[in-house]
Amino acid sequence: MKNKLNLIGLGLILPVLLITIWEAAARFGLIESYLLPAPSTVVVSVVEMAQDGSLWTHVSITLYRVGAGFLIGTAAALLIGAAVGYFKQAERLLDPILQAFRSIPSLAWVPLFLLWMGIGEPSKVTLIAVGVFFPVYLNIVSGIQGVDRKLIEVGKVYNFNSLQLVRRIILPASLPSFLVGIRSGLGLGWMFVVAAELLGASEGLGYLLVLGQNTSSPELIIASIILFAGLGKGTDSLLKGIESRSLRWQDNLQNAK
Amino acid sequence: MLSKEVNDLLTVKKASKLFKDGAAGFKDITFTVQKGEIIGILGTSGCGKSTLLRVLSGLDQSDSGTIHLGGEGQRGAGVIFQEPRLMPWLSVEDNVLFGFKNPSKYRSQAAHYLSLVGLSEFSRALPRDLSGGMAQRTAIARALAAKPSVLLLDEPFSALDAFTKMQLQDLLLDIWQEEKTTMVMVTHDIDEALHVCDRILVMSGQPGEIAAEIKISQPKPRSRSDLTLTAHKEKIFSILQDSNAGLQKYSVR
Repeated sequence: MKNKLNLIGLGLILPVLLITIWEAAARFGLIESYLLPAPSTVVVSVVEMAQDGSLWTHVSITLYRVGAGFLIGTAAALLIGAAVGYFKQAERLLDPILQAFRSIPSLAWVPLFLLWMGIGEPSKVTLIAVGVFFPVYLNIVSGIQGVDRKLIEVGKVYNFNSLQLVRRIILPASLPSFLVGIRSGLGLGWMFVVAAELLGASEGLGYLLVLGQNTSSPELIIASIILFAGLGKGTDSLLKGIESRSLRWQDNLQNAK
Repeated sequence: MLSKEVNDLLTVKKASKLFKDGAAGFKDITFTVQKGEIIGILGTSGCGKSTLLRVLSGLDQSDSGTIHLGGEGQRGAGVIFQEPRLMPWLSVEDNVLFGFKNPSKYRSQAAHYLSLVGLSEFSRALPRDLSGGMAQRTAIARALAAKPSVLLLDEPFSALDAFTKMQLQDLLLDIWQEEKTTMVMVTHDIDEALHVCDRILVMSGQPGEIAAEIKISQPKPRSRSDLTLTAHKEKIFSILQDSNAGLQKYSVR
């Protein structure tokens, strides 16, 4: 317990120092407050938004977009990735075109999605799903193709059919790389939600960025950045928790006692 | 004659499998294994003995010849590989029950085989916490739990240290005493074959053929310093040396 506190304490030194210096510099007028407001101003504006309820609207709509895009992207990647990883024919059929699509910078899709689906939710969720799809897909395929042939032979000795091989050997064995995939997918999801909301939204944390710029209120921009950081970190920790709980069997450095 | 055939559990007739344009694999292998017998397949590396075992286990197909596995019901062969090949995400107990569709129904069966291999206290452990010998014991329990009609062992102890190896050879004999399991064991260790097997098929050449069949009539368990076994050992040694003489012409300048 004491060790854990020490660990957290060590990590807190620099942020606390920076915020103190920042606050002091703003208070003493060393930096212009219309460019970089004091941390306390940022906190006040967050508290105000929380009190009038607009904070929850923005946070929840952004969370919804990331969540929906993440789920759709991950589900599609799981299905297609499993087929491509397991069946040679599926790989020959699908992998070339997917690799070609992957080389398109995902933001280049934005105008097309806006044209097709308008400025509403579908275009935003689709953009996020596209961003999430590729890292998950790549990791699933390499995870499945990297499963030890020797373990698969054990299943063959027991006359497992393809479905049993997948469920009892291939999926658990490729779980580590799948989890790496969804974590990096989620990271991209947060990146793309910013892009989607910057380009046309009337709600959401990304919209707060635009609003802050248009109304010359940097505290809104910084508040939004901090909220993005907190939410991104929070959701990533959630996945990391799932990861370390379901991968406790791995004989690696992280699990070393 | 008839009663003999009833006891034949595994019949291999003129089986061949060749690789590299006929320079590797095995050819014209014919033998039978009777219920309760322990057969050793002994040979130097590259004689096709592991390939033969893979064919017997159904992991590979032979090019020609027939392989017939008798025994009651649908039970096929159980295989113990050179490495334990445990599923790292399953506990020892779940690894033992790996071949079952519904493992939770067979806990008592797992407990029986875990006690047979001396791992009762480790049923909840994960493979990463096991030593090499313990992992291989788990693999033995896993193969036995499926109640195979014949147990195929592919150099099962060759990756273990000398002491663990002897312990596991004796464990195998204890299991045989208790369950009378029919086994076919591929090995390159003459002492191991002499200690464990009832009959030894010596394979030589490339592709490998059966050069000799040696019956060991000493009752098991045997003393490791038995003089008759030493005589057998010398015989096997000379067979293997003769068959390697041809190869040596190339390797010794």
